[in-house]
Amino acid sequence: MIALLTRDIRLAMRAGGGFGLGLSFFLIVVVLVPFGVGPQSALLSKIAPGILWLGALLACLLSLDRIFALDWEDGSLDLLATSPLPMEGIVSVKALAHWLTTGLPLVLVAPVLGVLLNLPEAGFLWLTLSLALGTPALSVIGTFGAALTVGLKRGGLLLSLLVLPLYVPTLIFGAEMARRGAEGFDITTPLLLLAGITCGTIALLPFASAAVLRVNLR
Amino acid sequence: MMLTVTDLSIARGGIPVLEGLSFTLGAGQAMVLRGPNGIGKTTLLRTVAGLQPPLSGQVDVTPESLVYAGHSDGIKPTLTVTENLNFWAQAFGNHDISAAIAAFSLGPLAARPAGALSAGQKRRLGLARLLVTGRAIWVLDEPTVSLDVDAVAMFAAAVRAHLAQGGAALIATHIDLGLSEAQVLDVGPYRAKPLDIEDFDGAFL
Amino acid sequence: MSLNSLWEYANPKKFIQTTDRVLPWVAWSAALTLLVGLVWGFFFTPDDYRQGSTVKIIYLHVPAALMAINAWLMMLVTSLVWIVRRHHVSALAARAAAPVGMIMTVIALLTGAIWGQPMWGTWWAWDPRLTSFLILFLFYLGYIALWEAIENDDTAADLTSILCLVGSVFALLSRYAVNFWNQGLHQGASLSLDKEENVADVFWYPLLVAMAGFVLLFIALVLMRTRTEIRARRMRALLARERMGA
Repeated sequence: MIALLTRDIRLAMRAGGGFGLGLSFFLIVVVLVPFGVGPQSALLSKIAPGILWLGALLACLLSLDRIFALDWEDGSLDLLATSPLPMEGIVSVKALAHWLTTGLPLVLVAPVLGVLLNLPEAGFLWLTLSLALGTPALSVIGTFGAALTVGLKRGGLLLSLLVLPLYVPTLIFGAEMARRGAEGFDITTPLLLLAGITCGTIALLPFASAAVLRVNLR
Repeated sequence: MMLTVTDLSIARGGIPVLEGLSFTLGAGQAMVLRGPNGIGKTTLLRTVAGLQPPLSGQVDVTPESLVYAGHSDGIKPTLTVTENLNFWAQAFGNHDISAAIAAFSLGPLAARPAGALSAGQKRRLGLARLLVTGRAIWVLDEPTVSLDVDAVAMFAAAVRAHLAQGGAALIATHIDLGLSEAQVLDVGPYRAKPLDIEDFDGAFL
Repeated sequence: MSLNSLWEYANPKKFIQTTDRVLPWVAWSAALTLLVGLVWGFFFTPDDYRQGSTVKIIYLHVPAALMAINAWLMMLVTSLVWIVRRHHVSALAARAAAPVGMIMTVIALLTGAIWGQPMWGTWWAWDPRLTSFLILFLFYLGYIALWEAIENDDTAADLTSILCLVGSVFALLSRYAVNFWNQGLHQGASLSLDKEENVADVFWYPLLVAMAGFVLLFIALVLMRTRTEIRARRMRALLARERMGA
């Protein structure tokens, strides 16, 4: 398992794309928003938590199809399936590797981008916390979507169509937490709900992903 | 017996391809599968490896004793030869890869990224993976594709050494490996007959 | 009827034979019930004192919304049956129901917009209920797209049923999330769509008939589409058999 994790991270670092692409995309989305809505700082600081959450979500989405596609193409997935690693473990490790190479960098860079959007000072801590809490769920749900579409031609578009509706609850609670934090309200409820979703998906969804992957491999 | 297949029927894409197949494989034995393209050799091997369920019949084997190698080698081009082998060794709970490197004379290539290897060299790396898994039953699908004569001999020697240690091998191949002791199974006669139209209405198939 | 004999209808041939007899009855009773319900509702009920004649759109809106949710529930049940018992008809029925359910969702959304315009002066508001239906529509889209994308029928059935199970959980979560989200924006919902409680009997009876009509219509459409799916699948299997050189 640890071998698989280190291999996946090493692959992401060496191929280059996996690491930098999501981050650059996040940066570009955030830079483009003021061009779209105007430069007024009052408006920007009001929508900053939502924009940062949405940008992180889209950046996460961008790299989902790489979770299984490469291993599928070169036959590694067949070999992994017949190895001693349980399928549930494989999908969990894949999700973890995706989070470490995509989600975690997004969390770390979000406060910096918050400056660009005039995020209120109170919001930085809660924005970062909400992303740190929510992005693992995005990776796990995305892994499920990637497992569903693994063997398909033109799977990327379908993957977005399948995964985005599943992202709704995470986005709602995550962005709500960041917004309440920025406006200085109590964040307990969305924080608990967001944590609940993350824990629930991490605990249960790998079983669905593993089942789906087994179907796709036969 | 390490592997017992009883009255096995298999389907590809929902269509039955082989039926009524039975054979056994014991320690130290090798079996070569032959048959025309599209007859279902790959499907048979994938079924034996547990990657897909049979239509009917049984495959009796301890899943933990079996390793499968398909058409693709599962090699990561950005990792070096050593890193590739190390990963698979760890995945199967082993650590020593030197024997595998020696058996397929990968020594001079060990530090090269796998992406820089030729097709035949990649294949050798893929076959070396079998040795690091430490598993007893090899299930191999066309293992000699893109290998030159020397490499085929290398592979045959590896199989023979594996059998001598009490392993077993099930190999689908078209070329003569020089494994005189291997049994040959022609799967051609087991081609599935189309179902009656009557059954067909019941089950689509 | 014992449970064993119920499963016999899951045999494609038996299903076609049975529905041959049942379908005309269901279809005609659907047409009749719908006609009665809608004509009664549209022409023989008084105008609402506050909403005028616009209120009559509920005879389309409410039954469509009802069926939009029930269609998903039916897909959930048939998906479970496929996963547990692997009856092909069950999987095909789920596939057949999805587009019908999606159209019901669209009807509910459109009639809602048409009703909302004169009532609240806007075509669309991010009311929790409207938003939930929009999300339900997205789930239908994804489910149908996945069916269409996969060539192998059994693989498609397996994957879509798991998606349906997982999707149901997330649809439910989204429903609660959306409730929470909108409360978070404006304290207390200013627009309530909860009409059922204060609908008087004069409106209620024709509404019940219209709902029954929609249920029958849904059953008829799903039966029809399932038959088509079975035939299409049989045709593909026959072609494959031909290719095998029978």
